[in-house]
Amino acid sequence: MIEILSWICLLLGGLLGIIGGIGLHRFPDFYTRLHAAGTTDTLCAALFLLGLGFQAGLTLASFKLFLIFAFIFLTSPTASHSLANAAMIGGLKPLLSDPEVLNPEEFDKS
Amino acid sequence: MRIIIAASLIFLFWFVLSGHTELLMILLGIASTLLTAFLSRRMNVIDHESYPFHLGLRLLRYYVFLGKEILIANIDVVKRIIKPGSTISPQVFELPATQKTDLSKVIYANSITLTPGTVTLALEGEKVIVHALSKEGAMDLQTGRMAGKVPDPEEFH
Repeated sequence: MIEILSWICLLLGGLLGIIGGIGLHRFPDFYTRLHAAGTTDTLCAALFLLGLGFQAGLTLASFKLFLIFAFIFLTSPTASHSLANAAMIGGLKPLLSDPEVLNPEEFDKS
Repeated sequence: MRIIIAASLIFLFWFVLSGHTELLMILLGIASTLLTAFLSRRMNVIDHESYPFHLGLRLLRYYVFLGKEILIANIDVVKRIIKPGSTISPQVFELPATQKTDLSKVIYANSITLTPGTVTLALEGEKVIVHALSKEGAMDLQTGRMAGKVPDPEEFH
């Protein structure tokens, strides 16, 4: 039973990783691609770690897996944010569906 | 007080990662814990921001809520990726960040980034600039549903 649950998690995680990769190629610009990558570093990673945790059972190894999850949870948004922030400060203009909505001085300020 | 909890956590962390139970190893672990605690104290990095114990249960409850949001947002982004045709409507907009403490503002901005489909571009004073993948995601954030859930105790400035 646990074995099946574990494999469901691992396979779903793998599927999400592939979909994230497809999105990375499909979306048109840097900022939208960042969103596609976001699916891989949240739910995909969580499902992998959960699946591996089921394999390990209640041992020290699964606690270590939980620690990995906690660190990803805290560091991955920081990394995405600094990428997006660097792009904005560098003056990379995002592709928008409504160009007039963008407040242009936000991007010219720095 | 905070340094004692921090040191215990550091030691626990060392113990879990090493798994050693011999006396010599444990003594070495305690020595390195004390050194780390001493250095972090000298560097002034043990404060209410790096060790937000005072948020305690509130933070845990918030993470449960955030986990649910991340799940829903993930499914939404995955749908947008696999549906053929044009499925996205990227937006950039400003949101008010009215949380009283810096820590709560950072938790809010990080939550926006962690949720797929929205990324925080900048956090300046009382506002965050957000890039959203779709109009729906942008509108959901603008309702302030997530902002209202961020733990924001006034007593810790």
